[in-house]
Amino acid sequence: MELFSKKNKEAFITPLWSNNPVAVQVLGICSALAVTSKLEPALVMGLSVTIIVAFANVVISLLRNTIPNRIRIIVQLVVVAALVTIVSQVLKAFAYDVSVQLSVYVGLIITNCILMGRLEAFAMTNKPWDSFLDGLGSGLGYALILVVVGFFRELLGSGTLLNFQIIPQCLYDCGYMNNGLMVLPPMALIIVACFIWFQRSKNPDLQEKSN
Amino acid sequence: MEYLSLFIKSIFVDNMIFAYFLGMCSYLAVSKNVKTAVGLGAAVTFVLLVTVPINYLLENYVLAPNAIVEGVDLSFLSFILFIAVIAGIVQIVEMVVEKFSPSLYASLGIFLPLIAVNCAIMGASLFMQQRHFDGIGEATTYALGSGIGWLIAIVALAAIREKLSYSNVPAPLRGLGITFITVGLMAMAFMCFSGLTI
Repeated sequence: MELFSKKNKEAFITPLWSNNPVAVQVLGICSALAVTSKLEPALVMGLSVTIIVAFANVVISLLRNTIPNRIRIIVQLVVVAALVTIVSQVLKAFAYDVSVQLSVYVGLIITNCILMGRLEAFAMTNKPWDSFLDGLGSGLGYALILVVVGFFRELLGSGTLLNFQIIPQCLYDCGYMNNGLMVLPPMALIIVACFIWFQRSKNPDLQEKSN
Repeated sequence: MEYLSLFIKSIFVDNMIFAYFLGMCSYLAVSKNVKTAVGLGAAVTFVLLVTVPINYLLENYVLAPNAIVEGVDLSFLSFILFIAVIAGIVQIVEMVVEKFSPSLYASLGIFLPLIAVNCAIMGASLFMQQRHFDGIGEATTYALGSGIGWLIAIVALAAIREKLSYSNVPAPLRGLGITFITVGLMAMAFMCFSGLTI
């Protein structure tokens, strides 16, 4: 068996752009919008979700032949909840400030639709290594959106990136002002809409027929 | 009076959708017409109203430090226990509704299983844990308020989208893009409620 067969490469790469979980499949929007007012929590959240999707995929894929079909949703939820608990404890221990900023959204990774989607659609029918790559791809596709949105919101809203001042002081002296609206919830939606606009004008086959 | 204030606050100020983006996936997917939106909103409100008080009791009498055995803190188990309660309750509610009210089941039926993985339900339990409500009354009021807030949000969006289908939107923005912008503008409108107190 090849480690990176064509199918594996596809499972890894398509979620990054043309089949992006947030912008195209419309999954996992809740946390994507809520944690992106700064770049740092966005990065941590993207990383946590990537790790959880990848490993939940592996675990479910290993168990796929022993899970009774009728209770598979509950089994999947328990596996995911256990992984999320581990990640949340690790964050509390090693990155307390970020875990406070992420507040309930770490716990909400359990109900992130990307996870259930990948587990149902891929891990239940594929081998562990393929599932791992697939999970990694979906997680990174999700992280990509978070980083893009977090980048613009922090740069325009606070003039910083990862808490380093980016916009020079002399601009502020000339009368430049941070756009406070960027930090508030509504702009997250509008930035994602702009991302979708950009992506769909590059790939016309993703456009929808009706409203 | 405190209950009323909490109720109004959780509907308008701490609105699940516009302030915290909870339950966004089904919010975007099921808001194409008003009738189904009302059905899903009612189902979410109902499940919130049942699960949040139960999780409140579990949180305070099972998981809290020294609750069962002196010196044992089980709070790290809260995620697993909450999601198990939610999945179980949704299953029970589905069976009860199917048995006693087939007409309600027919209208809610397809949405009920979806609700187990709706972030709004889990989110309300986690917020309940974070905000340390005193008494089950406050937790229930909070659950009812957030549910109604979610219902208002989804019905409003569905009504706008029904009208929107007659307008001429630029091709790349059709569907998802314009919906995001609409929700963003609605969230801005809801920001005028911030600071509201009774």
